Amino acid sequence: MDSLIVDYNYLMTASLLVIGLYGMVGKRNLLKKVIGLNIFQTAIFLFFIQGATKPGATVPVWDVRISGEAAGYINPLPHVLILTAIVVSVATTGVALALLMTIYRRYRTLEEGTLLERMKQSP
Amino acid sequence: MSHLPVLIPVTLLFSAFIILLGGFLKRDLAFMIALIGGSLSFVFSALGLWAVISGGGLRYHLGGWVPPVGIEYALDALSAFMSTVVTLVGTLVLLYSRRSILQEVPERFVPMYALAMLLLAGLTGIIVTADLFNLFVFLEIASLSAYALMAVGDERAPVASFRYLILGSIAGSFYVLGVGFLYFSTGSLNMADVAQRLPNLYGSRAIVAAATLIFIALGLKMALFPLHLWLPDAYSYAPSAVTGLIAPIMTKVAAYAVIRMFLTVFQPHYLLDVLPLMPVIGWFAAAGIFYGSIMAIAQTDFRRMLAYSSISQIAYIGLGIGLANPMGLIGALLHILNHAFMKACLFLVAGNIRFRTGQWEVSRLAGLGRKMPWTMAAFTVSALSMIGIPPAAGFFSKWYLLLGSVDAGNWIFVATILLSSLLTAVYFFRVLEQVYMRHSQEETVPVNAADPPASMLFPTVLLGAGVLVLGLSNNLIVSSILDVVVMSLK
Amino acid sequence: MRGSLENVVVEGVSRFLVPFIQIFALYVITHGHYGPGGGFQGGVILAASIMLLRLSLGEEYEHRRFSPTLATVVAAVGILIYAVAGLLPLAWGGNFLDYAYLPIPGLSAAELRYHGILIVETGVGLVVWGTLVILFDHLMGSEP
Repeated sequence: MDSLIVDYNYLMTASLLVIGLYGMVGKRNLLKKVIGLNIFQTAIFLFFIQGATKPGATVPVWDVRISGEAAGYINPLPHVLILTAIVVSVATTGVALALLMTIYRRYRTLEEGTLLERMKQSP
Repeated sequence: MSHLPVLIPVTLLFSAFIILLGGFLKRDLAFMIALIGGSLSFVFSALGLWAVISGGGLRYHLGGWVPPVGIEYALDALSAFMSTVVTLVGTLVLLYSRRSILQEVPERFVPMYALAMLLLAGLTGIIVTADLFNLFVFLEIASLSAYALMAVGDERAPVASFRYLILGSIAGSFYVLGVGFLYFSTGSLNMADVAQRLPNLYGSRAIVAAATLIFIALGLKMALFPLHLWLPDAYSYAPSAVTGLIAPIMTKVAAYAVIRMFLTVFQPHYLLDVLPLMPVIGWFAAAGIFYGSIMAIAQTDFRRMLAYSSISQIAYIGLGIGLANPMGLIGALLHILNHAFMKACLFLVAGNIRFRTGQWEVSRLAGLGRKMPWTMAAFTVSALSMIGIPPAAGFFSKWYLLLGSVDAGNWIFVATILLSSLLTAVYFFRVLEQVYMRHSQEETVPVNAADPPASMLFPTVLLGAGVLVLGLSNNLIVSSILDVVVMSLK
Repeated sequence: MRGSLENVVVEGVSRFLVPFIQIFALYVITHGHYGPGGGFQGGVILAASIMLLRLSLGEEYEHRRFSPTLATVVAAVGILIYAVAGLLPLAWGGNFLDYAYLPIPGLSAAELRYHGILIVETGVGLVVWGTLVILFDHLMGSEP
């Protein structure tokens, strides 16, 4: 029970991961799959940010009260990595939505079952 | 000269955006710039390979920051070799692509070349980087360009591309998660630095999780069985030139990343003794070899058959990696080189057939041997090489894989390689029989079926001839380049 | 969602807000060193201002003022700024993206790196702005 309360942030990450995976695999609508992908990627960002914090530390901007001590500032490197990963996620969502527009224009549906049927009918 | 590691991807990135600007003015300018960019990158890669063979490797610090604080690019034997292969095959397919794209999807001419440049930039970036997170960035650049390129095709292409997008993004996210575990355990993102700090952490469960996540992610990008599900649809529905560009090189670069993780980051000792991941990869690869060959026999569409054959050939590379001894790894690397040439030639032949006859059904290929002699000659050479008949290149890479399996005492792998060569012979000889032994029936094959124009024929024949040249010179390749790569395993 | 809403209040408030949004975006780009911000974030806010105009004033009107072609040009210019800032040091003896070797006279190496980052962030902001506007136009402007 103790570790559940202390590690609640990692539990949050794990549950978001699972929710995202369920969205991608279990839902039949293509747009819901894209949303599941976004939730999945958000969970990974959350994991990185959690690893960057230190107890009692402040933002990594030079503060004369803390001056050179590294333990007083949180680790900025994972934040930078996550900025890059967020941009990648935005680009992926953009490409996915453009693909969905093309699929909708051709097949008039975004439900997976109906889509597979219509794909079988057309040559 | 010392700037070579960074010039290889940056040239391609730069030309991608010049294509966007210049393509507005004149459409053919896009093709010219793409060719120039690809050739420049190939020249830089060849110079890098020569520098590595004559001297040592090249290490490059991005922005002047010294690693492990900064991002590092490294050209050693493995990366220079892969970079030369990728840029050479890529430039040849770019040369081929102009007429093919003009016929199939002319309204998207300029954006497709920009995307092709971005794809090549991402792939070469994966090859030269020595930083774990930088590899993710370039992996996603290449993957997004591939999703977009594949979606421009016939009716079902967007759906296949969407499936590839979902699976590929899961793979990218798993890779980031694995890198996160590694970073939080070791405190560094530089490959060499992580390799130095890992031996103290062998008992840690975070490293086990990191290794598993990273290898699953790269295995999905590599289309290793059972993570291959996106490949058949994606390769069958994309335009011919796009499949010719993506099929020979994209999965091989992911295989390169697996080898890099195996040799440089997680040292072989860890992956063989502490966490036996390599034997698992080997067994899945053996299953994949059979699966790909058997499914290829069942196909009626020429390109779908080639796609399943690709799954089987990539599984050969996975088998070589999974064996993890010097002979097996040499076999895997040689097969990367050979398969890039063979598959590029085969998919370009399929594109030629589509260009002239408009379809790909195997049953309707009757009699093309007389009407398209040069194309079918290139096809025959590549088919013989895929089956593994000397002196074509495929024989030698399979020979090294056999040697590696015998070294490891794994007779099941030996039987797998031999049996699957027979299965490969079945599906290729079926096409060869249609092409050469049957007379063409006028209602299925148009009268004007002939060899395609020179800009399409030249790369096809060059790649086919290259397969023979590679086979004859394989000893030179192994002794000068590949032996250096596997030095750390001996 | 096409066409203008033809509502005086919505149009007036959007027109009033957009300059402030854009100045805030410029602030975010230039203050990426000291606080949350940087090129990508500022670029997204700039794109959001254009999207607000497109949604509230109608696309036919807005395309004349900020056309999709202009968005492509803006994106390409941003990338060229980034690439030039990266490749110039190569000619002056440094590595790729080594801002200490940028040929700006009268500044020390540390100050050059400082300004180099700002140049690159501006380039990134322009790229993100152009790309997101292109994306928005493509997704919203196509016929159902």
